[in-house]
Order: sequence, then structure tokens, then C-alpha cells
Amino acid sequence: MATGIKREYDDAFDDLLNPVYKGKSLTDPINTAEDKWNLLPAFLKVKGLVKQHLDSYNYFVDVDLKKIVQANEKVLSDVDPDFYLKYLDIRVGYKSKADPKQIEVLYPPHECRLRDMTYSAPIYVDVEYTRGRKIIIHRDLEIGRMPIMLRSNKCVLNGRTENEMAYLNECPLDPGGYFIVNGTEKVILVQEQLSKNRIIVEADDKKGIVQASVTSSTHERKSKTYVVTKNDKIYLKHNSISEEVPIVIVLKAAGIVSDLEVLQLVCGDDSVYQDIFAVNFEEAAKLGVYTQKEALEYIGRKVKTIRRMNAPKLTLIQEGIEAIASTLIAHLSVENLDFREKAIYIAIMTRRVVMTMHNSKLVDDRDYVGNKRLELAGQLMSLLFEDLFKKFNNDFKMNLDKILKKPSRASEFDALLHINIHSNNITTGLNRAISTGNWSLKRFKMERAGVTHVLSRLSYISALGMMTRISSQFEKSRKVSGPRALQPSQFGMLCTSDTPEGEACGLVKNLALMTHITTDDEETPIRKLCYILGAENINIADSSTLHTNGTYGVYLNGTLTATTRYPIKFVNNFRYLRRTGRVSAFVSIYTNVHQNAVHIAADGGRICRPLIIVENGKSKVTADHLAKLKNGEWEFDDFLVNGLVEYLDVNEENDSLIALYEKDVFLATTHLEIEPFTVLGAVAGLIPYPHHNQSPRNTYQCAMGKQAIGAIAYNQFRRIDTLLYLMCYPQQPMVKSKTIELIQYDKLPAGQNATVAVMSYSGYDIEDALVLNKSSIDRGFGRCQVFRKNTAILKRYPNHSKDILAGMRVNEDGEPIWQHTALGPDGLGEVGMRVQSGQIYVNKCVPTNASESVLGGPNQQAQPQQQTHRDQPMVYRAPEPSYIDQVMMSVSDNDQALIKVLLRQTRRPELGDKFSSRHGQKGVCGIIVQQEDMPFNDQGVCPDIIMNPHGFPSRMTVGKMLELVSGKAGVLDGSLQYGTCFGGSKLEDMSKILVDKGFNYSGKDMLYSGITGECLQAYIFFGPIYYQKLKHMVLDKMHARARGPRAVLTRQPTEGRSRDGGLRLGEMERDCVIAYGASQLLLERLMLSSDAFDVDVCNTCGLMGYNGWCPTCKTSETIIKMTIPYAAKLLFQELISMNIAPRLKLGDVF
Amino acid sequence: MSNIVGIEHDRVTNTTSTDFPGYSPDSVGMDWDLEKFKKTFKLDIKYISERTANFDLIGIDTSISNAFRRIMIAEVPSVAAENVYIFNNTSVIQDEVLAHRIGLVPLKVDPDQLSWINKEADEKDKFTDDNTIVLSLDIACTKNPNANSNSTDPDNLYRNHKVYAKHLKFEPQGRQVELFANNPVIPCDPNILLAKLRPGQEISLRVHCILGIGSDHAKFSPVSTASYRLLPVINITKPIVGKDALEFKDCFPSGVIDINEKGEAFVKDARKDTVSREVLRHEQFDGKVKLGRRRDHFIFNIESTGAMPPEEIFFKSVRILRNKAEYLRSCPIGNLN
Repeated sequence: MATGIKREYDDAFDDLLNPVYKGKSLTDPINTAEDKWNLLPAFLKVKGLVKQHLDSYNYFVDVDLKKIVQANEKVLSDVDPDFYLKYLDIRVGYKSKADPKQIEVLYPPHECRLRDMTYSAPIYVDVEYTRGRKIIIHRDLEIGRMPIMLRSNKCVLNGRTENEMAYLNECPLDPGGYFIVNGTEKVILVQEQLSKNRIIVEADDKKGIVQASVTSSTHERKSKTYVVTKNDKIYLKHNSISEEVPIVIVLKAAGIVSDLEVLQLVCGDDSVYQDIFAVNFEEAAKLGVYTQKEALEYIGRKVKTIRRMNAPKLTLIQEGIEAIASTLIAHLSVENLDFREKAIYIAIMTRRVVMTMHNSKLVDDRDYVGNKRLELAGQLMSLLFEDLFKKFNNDFKMNLDKILKKPSRASEFDALLHINIHSNNITTGLNRAISTGNWSLKRFKMERAGVTHVLSRLSYISALGMMTRISSQFEKSRKVSGPRALQPSQFGMLCTSDTPEGEACGLVKNLALMTHITTDDEETPIRKLCYILGAENINIADSSTLHTNGTYGVYLNGTLTATTRYPIKFVNNFRYLRRTGRVSAFVSIYTNVHQNAVHIAADGGRICRPLIIVENGKSKVTADHLAKLKNGEWEFDDFLVNGLVEYLDVNEENDSLIALYEKDVFLATTHLEIEPFTVLGAVAGLIPYPHHNQSPRNTYQCAMGKQAIGAIAYNQFRRIDTLLYLMCYPQQPMVKSKTIELIQYDKLPAGQNATVAVMSYSGYDIEDALVLNKSSIDRGFGRCQVFRKNTAILKRYPNHSKDILAGMRVNEDGEPIWQHTALGPDGLGEVGMRVQSGQIYVNKCVPTNASESVLGGPNQQAQPQQQTHRDQPMVYRAPEPSYIDQVMMSVSDNDQALIKVLLRQTRRPELGDKFSSRHGQKGVCGIIVQQEDMPFNDQGVCPDIIMNPHGFPSRMTVGKMLELVSGKAGVLDGSLQYGTCFGGSKLEDMSKILVDKGFNYSGKDMLYSGITGECLQAYIFFGPIYYQKLKHMVLDKMHARARGPRAVLTRQPTEGRSRDGGLRLGEMERDCVIAYGASQLLLERLMLSSDAFDVDVCNTCGLMGYNGWCPTCKTSETIIKMTIPYAAKLLFQELISMNIAPRLKLGDVF
Repeated sequence: MSNIVGIEHDRVTNTTSTDFPGYSPDSVGMDWDLEKFKKTFKLDIKYISERTANFDLIGIDTSISNAFRRIMIAEVPSVAAENVYIFNNTSVIQDEVLAHRIGLVPLKVDPDQLSWINKEADEKDKFTDDNTIVLSLDIACTKNPNANSNSTDPDNLYRNHKVYAKHLKFEPQGRQVELFANNPVIPCDPNILLAKLRPGQEISLRVHCILGIGSDHAKFSPVSTASYRLLPVINITKPIVGKDALEFKDCFPSGVIDINEKGEAFVKDARKDTVSREVLRHEQFDGKVKLGRRRDHFIFNIESTGAMPPEEIFFKSVRILRNKAEYLRSCPIGNLN
């Protein structure tokens, strides 16, 4: 597999690994300070940009799936005690005898996209079961189909070369990591949550409450246990225990019977802590609880019993034991009623509370990244699959019991015949969850919506940005700043710039460039290793030694497992083993001095990043190693294996001293940063010189870079997406960054290098508007294409009738009628034809008798020759004509013909189209100016864009100015310049180039006015800046209406452009008109032009009649005609329906 | 006032000409006088090649020379593709984009051979042999049967896989057969890439090329660029000698400043200066040098797209300007003399 990956990326990455950076090539001497950045492309080569998704999914299908099946391996029957069915193995995509690399996928991903199918592979299980008296092993039983994550190790694209990818119509630059369900690409976003199975201590200073809580999460259940203070006494709280239980009682129930031992476990010999805690003993004594039995009974009384039907009733003491054993701190399993581990855990929680009561600074920070875990696609899928698998087995069992109950059976019972019936449940369950995003898990009573999102294919960057996005579980509506703030611990893990503006600000984050998200590692070997390294097992340790001075607890995944008196040595030894590869590289270990604890974390979902190891004030990575990397001898993993580089998670980072540059390394330094620009993510990496910009500008650009029109993928012309924006002539930026090369934005760019003059021109450039050069537009600047998909399905009906395509209709001359001009003889639009508003591109007809019954009655034969089909064509409606780009005809899953017509528009920039540079400086086109009116310089160069200089002072986007100077130097020099964050081409060098080429050092040129021909009195900042065209175009937004459709209920004009709605005169506008006193205008706008309605009002009863007749008074004498808004009439009638009679009293106005 | 535009480190001064009557009390004799103009005006041709012309217009007002520039860019007519009729296009490039690319190909046609098209005319009678040039492009890509089997070079594997401007074939209509017998219509640059094909793909289309002007669409502009710059003036007010002189020399492009035998810097050829203002950055030259540009000395540079020789473009611009003046003169309001 490893070789496969190597092959796949080689084409694209080769030139990345040996770029001639700063004029340096392979043969040049290597300088570690400058060349260590080569580790980054090497890292991305093994990891890729979306490796977190792929790793997580691979772990799920290869490891987790087998674990789930093992945990639910047996299906037994309540009826027949002899029967069993046992799952032996589970595989995705290949049969037991087949090569695991040959994945059985029915259709390649692109075909799935086009044909609205799900990209999936069969799930095979091997089962062993009894048939009669025989035990039968059946292999390769298909229980459903698993959606495949693209580019995972179960995907057909895994390990393909660029050529093979082309053959499969796939883009080699596409990152993968998403699913294709029913033809749409779906991403399961990374979810951020508070870490599970860890103690979090919080304090509320106002209420004087300290609480330690732990969310226990196992395969079976999720529950939260609290240890809280109440009036300075400590209690244990849990959802299934009706009231708080004094902590001493809990500890007694868990087997710590002696008060001395309780004190030893909680406080050690610290008298301050003992004083704080002592009051809790009184509490227990007051309640008369002294023994374990009493304590268990006490707890048993408080337990909320929700028993299943016909379960045996338990005694109080049993309830208590049950609560301690399985309800409290559920992630610790109790064997043989040995509660010691759990008791110690509760004691530790209590100790943390006591410590915090003493010193309120010892609370944990919920927003600290080290206390967070990221949940990825694999974890979510495994939750879902386990639920479905359990349901599957349950259904199977029910079915079995039903059949086995029947006393006599003709033939021998074969369970397999009944297992296949439900096989659709797993498939549809998985598909539905991914396509709707609703994760409903019965076990946890979890109902989560919006887990999946449609992969945004607006631009390459938007798709890439989506793969690195992290969404928080935190509610958007709550007004707290903590979770939204930029945490110092995010450094290097989460991008500091890329977050949306508005309500999700700070809650939606993005991964930085060089991060890895861990998957679960086995605990047992690590625990054994701890003991081998000299730590003492906690279960055999004496309680009194636990908190003695100098003793450190060793916590494995948050649980105290051992103690050591030599924490530094222990940690060093452990790290040594990790660096030599004896322990997984992703296990983190760090010391917490405040808690006297050594924490080892091996759980999944931690973010970590690689750093260079520094020993004795020297970086372990030397020029030698980098040379090996450059000539391809070494890969990134070799650095790991040789202990030169290691992964640190946030907690361990906190325990290290990391130097940013090699010059900062001194004796105490433990690590060295690989490259500082990795604090940014993939999207923020596009910005040139971001370290010179005001920080919100970088954030704005991160949002806008995703809206830029450009190239999307190499297969962009093969795709049929609902909406696709492409640029005709995209260019790679003159000023690029190393990130741009790494994510290969230069191969799929979204923008053009525009020559910009920063000056005032006409008055049409105020408020960030841009002046565009008409000739530039004529020559293709900003030209883009819009592709829109239209789908038609030819349905089949139960009565055997079906939709058909009618041919084109012709007039007397044999010419097609105007509406059918674009059609071919088959009734489908012909590729290349222009369709105008009102013309038809799919001439579909539906049967008139579709709703008639299947059994053709006699009346059907009575009129056989009536017209059987009615036209229901697809008509093009848009202000501008389109061209038919592609017509696809296929068959969907349910055998109905599927027709997709792709319509194309080519658009040149026009007034009001939106553009933006890469510095969060957006603007609309304010005027398009003839080339001869444009200013020009000595060489006769005129700008493509004129930008108003007022855009600079308040925005402080110095990076944009630097981009211009570097770009200009690059143009003159014939080179591409770098604007990499914290680096890039230096301004002095750029100025030098400018001067050498005969330009002013500042980038300012003397320009001549194009209109008068005279010199401009100021020097103009003039040069290329990379401009992006954003998807917001006037053509999609323009809207006006004189008259048009009205809503049915209120008879008021409809709302919105899509419904040809009216433009609302709103409340504030109304206020203006009232203030102005234009009452007749108001009357016209609010009633006559909206929903005027003539009613007959009876002047005697005040109610409305009709046709000049009052039905209440039975008279027509007092009827008066008047005009009121229809909405008012509606209100009156609704009130009447509620037994309220609104009576109109009419009087003369004048 | 002098006719030198002042180049200072942060601004440009004296940019507008003031030599017209009524500007100031002493501008009485500033009336434009043909005889005086004939005496002072000079046209100095530096070089003319097939595509570019470089010449100086000396002693002419900015407005006139700017008018020439503007007319050359926007109003000198030339021929370009206007309508593309696509019969078949199975390449990856879309019809509109292909048409756009064909439109931008400069064609070697004498615009005087064609007449203007009547925009109001019926679609059927709009195009005649008098006003339309027809080009056709029929190309299909095939596999090269003699290809080297282990080669991946498309040039070796396929035939006709690159569609160039030279593949546009002139189809003379009616009287054009004789008219263009000696100089058939061809693209000025034969190797402009229009599209790329792969075996099985083909393009078949007809192009109607008509007369147009640059202000309608940039494709009708006969020039790549037509612009001028003012002649630089370097005025050394205090002698610069020794090491400073060398440094002074380095502030300018080579050949602008030289050092005489006394070690004193002197201006050798100010025309070569690019006016980078580098010299104004150096403190030691403060007050020793004055930069400027002659306001009535225009160094024109015309780059033709290839349809017409550059000098002809200039002549046409003069003709068009004259016609405009003529028209203005015959206008009822402007008819003063």
C-alpha cells in the first residue's frame, strides 16, 4: 500500500520536492535553517491535505468495523437454545478469497456522480451458525453496501497514477475524503467536542461552586458524572441518581470503607486539604452510613430505576452495586466487583475539587485545544454502523424467533434464508444518514442534524477548505466569547485566520497546514509499558503513598493507572521509546506539575503536529538528512523512525520549549519548528505577505477565496453539477507562496494577474468600486462561464404507462417551430444549440392516465383513441440565452430514464460584477472605460483595473502593496516571486530589480492621462495584482417588476427574484413617506399597487356582504362599495371565524 | 513658462501647456500660426520596421499628439472575425471561447479593400463580397500511424492536435478572387494556438470577417499599443565629479550619463533615460541635478498587430483627425469662417 501511495503522488510531488527555490537547486549547498521547510512537502506527500478524513475512514473500515462485529458477534434465539449465529469476520469491498486490494466497486466514482448513484462497496461477513445439528460456516455473505470515501484504501482511486486517474475521469488534484451518495458529493465535517473520559474541573466564583465532571463514553452508552460542591461539602451527581450523594458515601460504597483511607486517597497528608475535606465525613456520619453495605443501600435508594419490562426486581444493595459498577464513570469497566479503580478515580475527581476549592486557579479551561477532541467521519460512521448492525441483528433475531416458534416445520431451518431479507436496512440507513446529515442513534438517544454537507465545488479552494473545516458543537446563538476567541493553544494546529464572519465566527475553524488527527491506539500495551518502565500499578499500591510528596501519578487516557517517584526519568524513557518507534508516534506524554501527574494520551481525535527534535541545543535534523530527503532517499517517515522529528499534541507542546528559528535554539530548547507559515491553513496560505496585513483582512480573504471563480478540477468539463462557475483564462498568481505550490493552487488557479493603477479616476470608483479597461475585457479578462444542470426523469407509472419524449414540432415549411428550435428529432436539445427564454430543451410528455388504476376497467376500453400524453416540456427561462453544453441520458437506480441537460453561459465582466484581490479588498465594477481613455506609462502599458487609493488607509493591507511591487519585479524579471507568510521575497530585492529595469524603486510610475494626454501630477502606484472574480454577478441578481404573479392567500405580490416578486416598500420607507406627508403615494403603494379589493360593506351591521347584498341583514339597501386591502378583508374573515365580529363603521371623510 | 515638465521626487510639475491666447497677459502672440508651426514642427523618424515604428514629434501640442494616439488605438479601422458559424466542434474548448479566440487573431487584410457593413441590413444581404472576408477552419485530429510506440509526446502521437491560426483558410468570394489574388488573407501570426485536439475530435467552422474600429472591440484595433513618452531632460546644475560621478552614472540606464576626461559627469543621451527617478533618492545629488521632460517632444512608439504597416496606421490617424476637423468645420454651429 505504501508503494501505491508513493506512486500516486510522485507525478505531482516530484517537482515540489525539488523546486528551485530562491535560485537554489539540488546541487547547491544545503542550509538547515532555510531548507528544513522541505519537510513540509514531504509531510504532505505522506499525509496529504485531507489525510485526517482518510485515516479515520480507513481505521473505521479496517479496524473499528471488526471490533463492532466482535462486540456483537452472536445472535441467539430466545426460543431455540441450540441455535446460534456467530460473525467470524467482516470485510468491505472484497471476498474472503480475493485480493484485499481488488475492491469490488460496481461503478467508478465519476459514473456515480453522473448517474445519481451511491459510490459504495459490498460489506461481506463470514458467519457460523447451526442448521439442525450441523454447524455451518458461510463465507462472503453480503449484508449491505458501505459508502466509500474517495481516495480511502477501499476506493478504486487509491494508488492510481495520474494517467489512470484520467482514464477514470477523475482529477488527480482532487483531495478526496468525501462520499458520493445519490450523485451528490457529501462531506462529513470534522466535529469538535470536549474530550471524553477526562476530568474537567470548573468553578463558578459567584455561586462558589466547584465541580469536576467527566463524560464517560463507551460503545454502549454515554453518561456524565459530576463531583460538585454544595455549601462547601462535596457530593457526587449523576443523571440516573435522583439526588446528590455525599462523596464519602460513594467512596464507601466503592469499597474505601475506612475514613483514613478516604482521607489518604483524597488529600494525602496535606493538612490544608484535610481541613477542607473533613466536613464531608460528618455528612456521612450524620446519615448513619459507616459500612460499604450501608453505603450501597443508601445509593440504591437514590437510583432512578428505569427497568425494562419483565426484568427481575433488584434489591437495594443490588441496585447500589449496579450503579457503582456500571452507571457511574461508565468508561471504567468493573470486573469481579473490584471497585478499587473506580474508587480511586472518584477520589481523584474529589481531590481535584478540593484542590480547586483551595486554589481557584486550578480550574481547567474548556476552550483549551488540549481539552478538545475532533470527531471525524470514521467515528461517526462507526457509531451509525453499530446502531444499524444491532438493529439488523435484532430484526434477524425477531424473525428467527417468529419462525422457530412455529412447532412444525416442513424442512430443516436455515437461518441464512432469513438474514438476507433485511439486507437493505444497512445500505439505506447509511445512505440516508449521509445524504440527509441526520445522525440518529437509538443507543445514545442522539439526534444530530447537519452532520454532512454538500461538498462546495465553487472553486478548488472552496472544496479544499471544506475538507479542513472543523465545526463546533457549541450553539451559535449563545453570546459568549470564550469558545469563539483565538486560543493561544491553537498555534500551529488550527488556522489563525480562516474562520467565517458573523454568527459562526470562531466556532467554525480550519486545520492548519501541517496537522494530524490521531486515531485510537490500544491502551493495554501502553499500560504494560508503564509498568515495565518502573511505574507501580495503582491497584496494588498503598493508598497512603498515592499523594506523598514527590510521587507522580501516571494517568493513561485520564485514568490513574500507576505511580512513579521518578517522573522525569519515566517521561524521558517513554519518549525515548516513542522516538525509536517502540510506541506509536501519536501517543503523547507530558507532565503536569500542578497535579503531580504524568499524562499519557493514546485516544483518537487529538490534533498533533510534527516538530524537529532538538537535543543539547542542536537540531537533530542536519543538512545531511535534508540532502537525503531532497534526492529522494528518505521520506518523511524516515525522519520519524530515526527519531529526528516527532508528533506533539497540544498538551505535550505545553510541556516543551519550541524554538521558532534555528538561531533561537539554546540548551533548554526541546523542539524546533519546521516552518512558521504552517500556523496558517490551506486557504489562508493563498494570501501573499499576510504577515503585513491587518488580521481581519486575512479572514475576509479566507471567506472570499472560496467564492472566486476559476478552475475547479481537471475533470471540470466532464462534470454535470447543479451550478458550476469556471473562468475562461485563469492564471497562476505572479506572487505565489509555498502553500500555493503545496496545495497546487498554481495548477487550478482562480483569478488573473491584473495590471492595477492605484489612482482616482472618474467618480465611478468611490466606495471600493473598480474601473475596468474595456479592451482588457474584450481580450478575455474576467471572462467566465456558468454551467447549470437541469434534470428530467422519465417516470414509469404503476399502470404501465410512462413518460415519453416527443419529437420536435414543425411548421408548414418543415422548419421547427420557434419553441423547438434547439431540439433535435429525438426531442432532446442538441449540443451547441442556443436556447432563449421560452424555448424548450427537453420535450417531455407525461401520460394523462397516470393516476388510473392498474387494472384496466371496462371504461378504459370504451375510449381507446383519446390522447394519451400531455406536454410537460422543460422550458428555458432566463433573461440571457444559454447554450446546450452536454446532454446526458442514463438510467438511475430504479430503472427510470434520467436526462441531464447542462446549459452554458459565457459572461464577460459587466457593471456591478464583483472582484477582489487576495487581501479581503472586494469591490464591484463601477465603470468600464475605453482603453484610449485609460492612463498609460512610458511603455504604453495601460491598467486593466484602476483602484481607488482610499481603499488603503483604513484597511491597512500593506501586503497588497508588497504584492504589487513583487509582482511588478517578477514581470520585469521574468520570474515568479514569493509572498510566503513570515518570509517571501524581500522588498529591498524587489526594489533593486525595479531600479535595474529602469523603474522607480517604489513601484510608482509617471503616467499620462489617456484623455488629455498630459502627465499626471502624481506618481501612480502601478503594477500587477492578482484579482479574483467572485461568483456574485449582476446577471444572476438583476430584478425588476411592473406587474406579475401574486400570492394566492393574500393576493399581494410574491416575494423574491425567483418568483418574479415585487420590490417591497418596507416599514422604514413607509415611515419616510408618512413623514413627508405623501398620503396618496402611500395609498397607491400599499394598497392600489398591492392587494386592492372591492368589498360590499353593510352600513347597518358593519359586516361584509357580496354582490350588493348583505346576508346578515338580508337587504341590499345599505350596502356601500369600498376598496380595502385584501389582507384586511382576510383578517376580518379570520376574526369572524373565531367568533369575533369586526364591524366597519363608515362615515364621510369630508 | 518653460515647456519642461518638472520631475520631482514626489510629484510632477508644470504638466499642462499654457501657450495659448488668453492664458496670461503675455500670451497675446500665442495664436496658432501655420507658418510658425511649419517652422518649428519637426518629425524625426528613429526607426521603422515591419511591426513597429518609433519616431519623434517635436513642437506639437499635447492635445494633437494625444489625438493621434487615441485614434490609432480606437478609430483606425481594421478587419477581424465577427461572426463564427460553427458546424461541428467536438473539442474541449467551447464554441464561444473558440470564437473569441478566432476573433482576436489579427488578419493581414488591407482594410481599404473592404467597405463598411450595413448593420441595419437584413441578415441575408448583410454580407457581400464587398464587405466580408470568409475564412474556414476544418480540421480533425487523427492518430499518427507511424508514431513511436513508447513516446508520450503528443506531437509524435497525433496529427493536427494543435489548431493554429494558420489553419484558417481564406475562401475568396465573388470578386475577391481577383482582388486578393496576389495577397490572400492570412493571419499575421500563423502560430497563434487556437485549440488543442485529440484523436476523434474535429472542428469545422466558417468565419465572417468585417471592418470595425477599436472602440467597438479591441480586436479591431490595428495596434498592439500606440503610445508616446515625453523626451527626458537631465539638467546637471552643479558639476558632479569623482566617485559621485560614477554613482550618478549608475542611477541611470547605461548610455545616458558618461564621464568626461575631467571625471565630470555629463549627459550623453537623455533620450535613453527611463526616468526612474533613482537619482533623486540619493542625498549627495540634492540640488545638483534637475530632471524634466520636454512637453512638446513626443517619442511615439507604434506597434502594429501586423495588418498594416505602423506608419500607415499613423497616416490613417492623421487622415481621420483631418476628416473630423473637416466635419466639425462643416457643422452649422462650428461653421464660423
